[in-house]
Amino acid sequence: MHAIKLNVNGSERTIEATPGETLLSVLRDRLGLTGTKYGCGEGQCGACTVVLEGKPIRSCRIPIESVAGDTILTIEGLAQNGALHPIQQAFLQEEAYQCAFCTSGMIMSAYALLAATPHPSDDDILDYMNGNVCRCGTYPRILAAIRRVARRTGTGDRVGKP
Amino acid sequence: MNQQDAFEAAQHAVERLTHLFEVTRRDLFKLLGAGLVVGICEPAGLGQESGRAESETIPQDVASWLHVGADEKITVFTGKVEMGQNIRTSLAQQVAEELRAPMDSISLIMGDTSLTPFDLGTFGSRSTPQMGTQLRKASACARELLLDMAAERWSVDRKQVSASDGFIANAANGRRLSFGELTEGQKLVKLLGADPPVTPATEWRVAGKPWPKVDGRDFVTGTHRYTSDLTRPGMLHGKVLRPTAFNARLVSFDAKAVEKIAGIQVVHDGDFVGVTAPDTASAANALDLLQAEWNAPPQISESGLYEYLRHNQDRNTRGFGGHSSHETGSIQAGMAAAAKTLSQSYTVAYIQHAPLEPRAAVAEWEGNKLTVWTGTQRPFAVRDELAEAFHIPLTQVRVMVPDTGSAYGGKHTGDAAVEAARLAKAAGKPVKLVWTREEEFTWAYFRPSGVIDIQSGVTADGTITAWEFHNYNSGPAAIGTPYNIANQKIEFHPTSNPPLRQGSYRGLAATANHFARESHMDELAHLAGIDPLALRFKNITDPRLRAVFEAVAESFGWGKLSASPTRGFGIAGGYEKGGYLATCAEVAVDPKKGEVTIVRVVQAFDCGAVINPDGLRNQISGAIVQGIGGAMFEAVHFANGRVLNPHFRDYRVPRFRDLPQIEVVLIDRKDQPSMGAGETPLMGLAPAVGGAIFTATGIRLRSLPLLPKPLPRSG
Repeated sequence: MHAIKLNVNGSERTIEATPGETLLSVLRDRLGLTGTKYGCGEGQCGACTVVLEGKPIRSCRIPIESVAGDTILTIEGLAQNGALHPIQQAFLQEEAYQCAFCTSGMIMSAYALLAATPHPSDDDILDYMNGNVCRCGTYPRILAAIRRVARRTGTGDRVGKP
Repeated sequence: MNQQDAFEAAQHAVERLTHLFEVTRRDLFKLLGAGLVVGICEPAGLGQESGRAESETIPQDVASWLHVGADEKITVFTGKVEMGQNIRTSLAQQVAEELRAPMDSISLIMGDTSLTPFDLGTFGSRSTPQMGTQLRKASACARELLLDMAAERWSVDRKQVSASDGFIANAANGRRLSFGELTEGQKLVKLLGADPPVTPATEWRVAGKPWPKVDGRDFVTGTHRYTSDLTRPGMLHGKVLRPTAFNARLVSFDAKAVEKIAGIQVVHDGDFVGVTAPDTASAANALDLLQAEWNAPPQISESGLYEYLRHNQDRNTRGFGGHSSHETGSIQAGMAAAAKTLSQSYTVAYIQHAPLEPRAAVAEWEGNKLTVWTGTQRPFAVRDELAEAFHIPLTQVRVMVPDTGSAYGGKHTGDAAVEAARLAKAAGKPVKLVWTREEEFTWAYFRPSGVIDIQSGVTADGTITAWEFHNYNSGPAAIGTPYNIANQKIEFHPTSNPPLRQGSYRGLAATANHFARESHMDELAHLAGIDPLALRFKNITDPRLRAVFEAVAESFGWGKLSASPTRGFGIAGGYEKGGYLATCAEVAVDPKKGEVTIVRVVQAFDCGAVINPDGLRNQISGAIVQGIGGAMFEAVHFANGRVLNPHFRDYRVPRFRDLPQIEVVLIDRKDQPSMGAGETPLMGLAPAVGGAIFTATGIRLRSLPLLPKPLPRSG
């Protein structure tokens, strides 16, 4: 066990971690931030996506030692004083989920996309989000939710590749 | 259980993962304590299992299904579980409708074996037709009871009182009483009558309308707690050491390397080996240090699969409901009357559900009482499985199902629940166990593979005269033809000892049977020189089936589009579980690369009176997207008892880049009962895409997945 400092959702945290422990495990099991999900442990599904220094990362593949001192944003840190972030609002408006196990990762990836590219094209969105899996197949509505935030029109099930 | 339920349940039956441990008598004494030893001389779980049919029938009183609190909160109890199909919302809509209560006053307790009425499980598209109907009846009964109570309290004629928005109003004097004021939280004592006055769909005000997921905010903020997110005081994390192959036995085992590590406990019982640790990393590290040798028998590999399935029939097995056969007319006569005949074989691969939340459980013992939280479709069956595994009475086991990260038919069993409970018993503390993705891909069960042989005949005008259909191993769901054919022979042949553990998958074999049947219809049409849609119309008598084909053809523009070597169009349809569907697909082909892209899918669907049109659209388009995987590229590769691609990087699932333009055409039949929609919308995609590829390329693909590798290149 060794002590590591992190800034998570705006708070300085010091945690004791087991060598080899992942950022995902620290967030979920040591900090109680279970909104970030384990889907594969292989960086292949995106359910564990959090934002590190502005970039989306797969927290299941990140040894905790490698992010010591870094600033992490998780799904729990998006809403401010109870007010949802526009991306969270858009997911609600478009009903962009079914079982919703992928939702946190989708929202964090979308957050990073829109932070880097405020007005993405559909191709930009599809490319950027391709690493996030939704097994319920809710991609059309997630695409619509992202379009909605990018100040374009979401059209639910009728959207798709141009 | 009625006959239909029994057949449905048989098709969903899944071979249990063999429990590799045997709780010893010594452990039982320790577990149960001396005073209770008498109770374990009989396998109490088993004893009650056989007596269950009598003791666990569907309750017929209002109070078992819903409670009106003095605080106006309405609590509904159902053994169904929520796993993304949105039943928590659509059932609440039906209760709100019949009870005349506001949506936000209603909450559902779901899948808790101590609190909810017995339920067979959440499968077979039964939640809407069965549980929806049940709760509508219970709510209508409760509403009538509230009206009776109000009329009595006010001493007015029953016709003077009416219910709306959580209140009973008195037309005589304008007074109102809230439901809570009326009941003061007392139990609603009334039996459900044979025919409670349920509201016809044409008069629905809450049901039949879009309603957002009732707890949507919990999901976008990450606050919903799935099983894998739960914690208990003092909880440890568990891992199980998996054999190197299916059916392997433990030959030797050495735990010396971990025995001295503080906080690690190794559980070795029979062929079961597991560890508990204070955190997941320590549990995984400990597991890596265990030395184990396994002995596995030689097993059938993927390369010989289809021959094996065709030639190892088992008339005695009860698998998927057992052998079945249906025959009308004479195949011989029908074939003789045909102008053209066709004989073809179709295959489907083993695939995995790959729910994004892997199997997970948290188990906690308190003396000989066991509480387990787990994501399962069958909480009561898991309760039975736990009682049996630990030789305790059913009454000592409570299973609770937090809303789950999907299942698609893949979470019928209590695998993780039993393992977590075994580790928790040894540790004397609560244990959480979450399967890894590799475990999920390997040790969960699989959608069965299958071989389907069809021979048929058609006259020059498109009348199908003969239809002979044999399904080997994949199952009997939707095995019949919805077309009006005089001479039919339809048979399901179960296979003995299939190489992988098989079980339920969204839609069961209906996906395989629709693929084979509708692909063959397309082939027949091209053979007879008739448009594929016209061939359907020629042989359809069911007006609802005709209506979905008409609807999809119109929206898609069927018949107005010209195929080319780079564009193709296909159509397919069918009927299953009370739902009618028709699907059109457009594909783009890159002849130089041999690549196929699904660019557009239009699907018409009729499942009777729609409860929540927006939720239904989401479910239908989701089924289409999920169907792309099984249609195009998903397949479990295996050899000699090992899965060769147990990772998302090797097992391709549909992603954003695979998304076609999707259009859903709903046919809302308010004159028809509401049926489920979780499964049937999956079934049209594969044959429609197969037909589309054929019109572009002239290549007929008869195996699912259609494109495990690119098409032969041309141009």
